[in-house]
Formats: sequence, structure tokens, C-alpha cells
Amino acid sequence: MEKLALSDEILMQIEKPARYIGKEINSIIKDPSDIEIRFAMCFPDVYEIGMSYLGIQILYDMLNRMDDVWCERVYSPWLDLDAIMRKEGIPLFALESQDPIRMFDFLGITLQYEMCYTNVLQILDLSGIPLLAAERSDSDPIVIGGGPCSYNPEPIADFFDIFYIGEGETVYRELMDAYKRNRKAGGSRLRFLEAAAEIEGIYVPQFYDICYHPDGTIQEVCIRNPHAKQKIRKQVVMDFSDTPYPMKPIVPFLKVTQDRVTLEIQRGCIRGCRFCQAGSIYRPTREKNVEQMKQYAMEMIRSTGHEEITLSSLSSSDYRALPELTEFLIEEMGKKKVNIALPSLRIDAFSLDVMKRVQDIKKSSLTFAAEAGTQRLRDVINKGLTEDMIREGAMKAFQGGWNKVKFYFMLGLPTETEEDLRGIPLLCEQLAEDYYTIPKEERSGKVSITASSSFFVPKPFTPFQWAAMDSEETFLQKAHFVKEEFKKQKNRKSLSYRYHDADLTVMEGIFARGDRKLAPVILQAYRGGCIYDAWHEYFRRDVWEQAFRDHGIEPDFYIGRERSTEEILPWDFIDIGVSKAFLIREWERAKRGETTQNCKQGCSGCGAAVFGGGVCLENQS
Amino acid sequence: MKIRVKYTKMGPLRYIGHLDVMRYFQKAIRRADWDIAYSQGYSPHQLITFAAPLGLGITSEGEYFDADMCSVTSGADMKDRLNRTMAEGMEVRAVVALDDDAKTAMAAVAGSDYRISFRDGYCIPSDILSGISAFYEQEEIVVQKRSKTKEMQMDIKPFLYALSAEDDAIFMRVSAGSVVNIKPELVLEAVCRFMDVEYQRFAFRIHRLETYMRDGNGELVSLLHAGKEIP
Ligand code: SF4
Repeated sequence: MEKLALSDEILMQIEKPARYIGKEINSIIKDPSDIEIRFAMCFPDVYEIGMSYLGIQILYDMLNRMDDVWCERVYSPWLDLDAIMRKEGIPLFALESQDPIRMFDFLGITLQYEMCYTNVLQILDLSGIPLLAAERSDSDPIVIGGGPCSYNPEPIADFFDIFYIGEGETVYRELMDAYKRNRKAGGSRLRFLEAAAEIEGIYVPQFYDICYHPDGTIQEVCIRNPHAKQKIRKQVVMDFSDTPYPMKPIVPFLKVTQDRVTLEIQRGCIRGCRFCQAGSIYRPTREKNVEQMKQYAMEMIRSTGHEEITLSSLSSSDYRALPELTEFLIEEMGKKKVNIALPSLRIDAFSLDVMKRVQDIKKSSLTFAAEAGTQRLRDVINKGLTEDMIREGAMKAFQGGWNKVKFYFMLGLPTETEEDLRGIPLLCEQLAEDYYTIPKEERSGKVSITASSSFFVPKPFTPFQWAAMDSEETFLQKAHFVKEEFKKQKNRKSLSYRYHDADLTVMEGIFARGDRKLAPVILQAYRGGCIYDAWHEYFRRDVWEQAFRDHGIEPDFYIGRERSTEEILPWDFIDIGVSKAFLIREWERAKRGETTQNCKQGCSGCGAAVFGGGVCLENQS
Repeated sequence: MKIRVKYTKMGPLRYIGHLDVMRYFQKAIRRADWDIAYSQGYSPHQLITFAAPLGLGITSEGEYFDADMCSVTSGADMKDRLNRTMAEGMEVRAVVALDDDAKTAMAAVAGSDYRISFRDGYCIPSDILSGISAFYEQEEIVVQKRSKTKEMQMDIKPFLYALSAEDDAIFMRVSAGSVVNIKPELVLEAVCRFMDVEYQRFAFRIHRLETYMRDGNGELVSLLHAGKEIP
């Protein structure tokens, strides 16, 4: 079948035309005359990034298992093609059928990071779909948002018809059925949205009005449609044994970021780090059955031919059957010459042994997500990692032949002092000194310790959701300070330090905890030419700053102030199971430097037990 | 044991670059569960080498790669197994056992056949087709040949083994491989100049028909000639 949406002339003048032709192994082709619903699933970034994301593969597989639905994919055209499509008026199309998105019933967009928001508008715009949900007609696709950013969808609420809050595996069937029923009854777009609004986990933003206090904080959320719910309960999968998993993931032609089989072994995390949104919104922790994991691994390697497999979870070391699973994989994948890429495991005897068997020590490095430089601050963020644990783990590794260490830190954490910043180089220096206590003959040359720091962004549904965030200047001052401190260390030649860009972090901070007043800003930035903001080289700071000014928005309102726990937060209408009372308790404990046990040590009553499963039930037995 | 595989690359897959085709076959071979040989070390890779790379946008029914196998089943079975896991447009045409003294596919390449048809909306095909034989009858055909480092004048006539107008297309057989590699575009440019027609890159649809090596007598023969059927 030769159907391509783009002409040869275009395909030959753009970079990597394989991004746009579809046809990949395991992609699904259906006969449009046999199906009732056409669904376009979008990751609003370039193909190689979007194709690397497991969530889309899961939903793609799930929707295509439905006989009446054909789910296809669409990604952001790269800048070269974007310009051509605008100039020549070519509508955005789905990869499989090469048909225009405009003729689809649904356009689902996954929101993995805040800096993709202008790309969302790019997708809508190139598709010929009105950017504002309020301006769409019955013939436009229903635009659905999902993914981590939908836990505060307010800054982009105006652009979406529906947000699906939570894990995708649960209510899509119900949503599809409601759509078919409505169409059969000849119902309008509005009627469908009303029916959707009654489904658990579905949020229809246009059914709510937000009233603000004169100071800009939220006064009240008013429901304007009787079908809309007061609270939206996040969706979670409580039984993975009969939940579909993509056994035949799509195999791209192009080399994508994650060119391998990804085996998701558990969802959620028991740890309760106070800065971590994923650790909160995916509660409770649910382990998947190890026998099933073994079977999936074999099947997925067979169906894709990938030469590498990796495990996916927030904290693989906490997966109880990890030794059994890794043993199995080393044995079976070895036979098939498949590499095993281990996610960063907690460094201990077990993980060192496994790492030694699956990778070349000379090339691999130890990774510590220490996050903070002192024990005091690690207690504040409830990072259950002590200096002794780090030093012991590293020493074992050094003795085992490793000589490369990577550290991840965050700057700008709540309560942080100069002492904590100084702690970063000191911790690195300590490890270097430990290394050189090993006799020369027994160590492998020079040690290399790399520390990199990002800037802390407070996220919704974490105990730090009320915290103030540093300004760009403060961030950079701190980073420079740390850099200077590194230079003072005795072993400075073995240490290196890098830090992330602060300007994008600040933007991320604004949108992460933003409200509906930000939509016009995003719209204007997009109209002013902003797309691919997540790619630092394309981030156009001047255009954004102008957009904020033109709409009288002071970014500091969103990031610079500590919020009161009394304040109505833009995302309060979402119920993630974890209660606000628990988050407040954790926020207070954090300020006092008190740690909280993890879910396996004992339940802290966060509220996620309402879902009736996972680690919460294990604890009771 | 070394084997040689002949395959096609048709339709939209003409936009898959050479490196990606190599990765594609490595994964396909795993899916087909061929007992292929691997290199040693922490990240073993398959022992597989490809013949002449095909330019982006060009279709072909004469592509080849060689592979080192630990064990083989029959050529027909290996072909079927790989074909069951091919993307639309890629098709395995033959799998043969390579003779012990055979050069690698890449080193052996000596010539290629192309069929060039016309895309609508550009030049008038007959303007070009009508002059093909006069063009080919010239004593010498001097062109500017560009390589990465230099640009030079070259008489390509000795390397243009055949050129004719056939139905609504141009057929050509040219020298290919590591010694003298003549790209079909280079010939088309010269034809256009000869006919005083503006050369437009998109006026032509290029299709590779076959890739050749030289046999003991110096004759151009299919790359499959260096091998035998695997019963
Ligand atoms: S209810 Fe208890 S066990 Fe369950 S997630 Fe919350 S703290 Fe952990």
C-alpha cells in the first residue's frame, strides 16, 4: 500500500522521513469500514521521544484489542516539516492510515512534562482543530488529555474536552461505549461530554467555573453542568493479572531513545520521598506477578527482536521477586544474546553482583540519587538513604573494581541552607578519599565522581505542594556556589559537577502548580512562535516573558510564595486517594526534619488504602 | 557457515535509511529465530554485512546481505521464517550458502541495474526518452563527479554498461561498488544536459533491479552466483 500523506518532494527534503511513514513492525492496520471509532494517540514531541514511551504502547495495545476501535499514533512533526505543513496547508495525519487527524473521533494526548504545552497546541493547530475546546463543533475530534500533567490540568484546561485522570487501563471501554451510544442517539458533542462527565476519573473542564479572590487565589469552584462531579477520583488498576500488556510493542525503524523491551514490574513506590510526584500519584505500590513477568519478557523479545530488555518501575530494588526475576533474565536472555539494562538499583551486595554479570564494569558507573548533600536535608525530603549506606555501598563497589560514581542532587529544596549546599562537594570528596584508602594495586586507576544537580520544582499532590520555589537567580547563585566549593576539595581532579538549565525549570514550576489564568499566556506564546520548549535550544524566553507581561501574570504568584494549607489549590478537585491531611502532616514533619517510615516498614495511613490492594493489604497480613 | 540473502525494499520503506535497514534486519533475524553467529563480549552483535547501500527514496528488488550462521535449516525454510516477520515492502527473495572463497557482498559488488520512470508533473518523458540512444552513442560522456572531498571531471562512458529507453522508462546498467560507483542520478543529469532539458531531482522515480558481481570470466552475474541452494 503506497498511501503516504506527504509527497516524495517533501519526504526527500526533511530530516528522517521515516518518522512519518508508519509501517513499523507490530503497528496495527485495520479496515476503517469494519470499525466504529477512530482514535489517534499522540505524544506531543518528536517521534524518537514519543516512541520510547511505554504508556502509549500500553494504551495503543489496549484500544486495538477492542474490535470496534482503531487506535493510531501521531507525534509532533519536527520543525522542518512543521514549517512545510503550515506553508502548504497540509493537515496533520496519523501514521498508520496516513489519514488526517481531523476525521478521527478522538485525539488522545499524553502529557508527560509541562514544557510540551505549546506542542499540544501545535498538534491541534496542524490538525485543523480549534485550539479552544469551547470553539469546537460536533465534527471535531474529542480531545482527551492524560498522563502525569493531568494531575493539574488547569493551565491547559481550555484546550481539552476531557481529561482522563489516572491509569489508562480502566475506563476507556466505558468512554467508548458512551460515545457510541451518543452517536446512535444522534446526540451532540455536549451530550457526549455530559455522559463522559459521569464516568469515574473523567474530568470535563468546561463544566466548571473558577472564581478568584482579588489576590489571585481561588475563591470557589462552581459546577455549571449537573452531570459534572465535585471530585474526580483517579483511576488505578488493582489487578494486573487480567490487565492487558503490550506483548507485541511496535518496533520503530529509527533508532529511538528507548530502543528496547520495557518490562513494567510494578507501579507505585513505597518510599514516600516528599518531593516526588510519581511516588504520590501512583500509590499504592502494586507489584506484578513474577511468573507473568518472565512470560512477558520471553514473549516480547520474541515478538520484537530487540537486543536489550530493561525493567521499569519507580524503585526496582523494592520489587520482592527481583532476585528471582534477574536470575531468570540473566539465564534466558544470555542464551538469546539479549542485553539486560538495569535501572538504577540501590547499591548493595545483590545489585553489585547482578551488575557485574550483565555489564562491563569498566564502562558502567554506580548511581546514587542522594538528592541532598546532608543527612538533615535528606531527612527533610524523606530520602531513606544515609551517608553510611552510600559510603558502604560505594566501598563495596570500589573493591569490586568500579571506579565511576554518578550522583544526582537537587538544589532549592525546602529548608536548604549553605551547609546543605556545601555538603554536596563534601560527600563527593568523602567518597574519593574512601576510594584512595584502597591500596594502589587493588584499585582500578583514578576514581571519577560526577555530581549533577537539577533544580527543585514543587509538584501537586506532594507534601511540598505548598512550598516556595527559588527564583532563577537564586538557583544559579546556588549552583555557582556549589561549583566553587567543588574547586576547594583536595581530590577536585577526580570530581566534576554539572547543573541543569534554570530557565526551563522555572517555567516548569509555573505550569506545574498553575491555574486557568495561564491558558492565554500559553496561547500567546504559541502564536508568537514557541514550540518544542522542552528542547532548550528552541526555548524562546523573550516570547514567553512578553506573554506573561501582556496578560498581567506575575510568575512569582505561582512559584515565589509559600502557599497556606488553607488555600484552595487548582488541583484540589482531584482525589488521588492520598489525603490532604496526610500531605499536610508530611509537610509539617518535613519542616521539623522528621522522617516517615516507608509502606513496607509500616502503614502511615496516607489514604491510598481506599483502593483496597497493593502494599496496603500486604501490610495488614 | 556463511549465507547470502537477497531482498527487496519497496514502497514507503524506501525512506528507511541504510543504517536503519541494518538494524531492522538484525531484529528481524531474532524474530525469525535464525541461529546466527554473534561477536564476543558484553554487547554481542550479529555477524552480518550488507552489500551496496541504497540511497534514500530509491526502491529496489536487488538488495543483499551476508550472515555468519551457527547452523542453518533449508534455504526455503529460512526464507519463509524471515518473510513471516517482514514489514510490508521488504521481502526475502532467496537465501543461499556462500562458497568458501566468496568475497563479502560489499567487496563483491561490481554493477547495478536501474529502471527509471517519470513522475507526473515534471518534464515530458518523451523529451528525454527520444534522445537516450543518441546520448549513449557518444564517444565519451564527461561529467562533473562530486565526492565528499573533491570534484573532478570524469568520462563515465566506460562505466555505463547499458542504457536504453524501454516503454515509458529508462533502463541502465552501471558500474557500482568500491572501485567506480556511478549513481543513476549522475547519468540522468548528463542525459538532461544532453537533451537541453532542465534536470529536476523529483522528475524521476529510481528503482534498482539487481546488484551484480563479476564471475571468473569477468562477466556481470547476480550476487547470488557466489552461493548454492541450501536443500
Ligand atoms: S495506605 Fe499505608 S501502606 Fe497504603 S500506600 Fe498509604 S501509607 Fe502506604
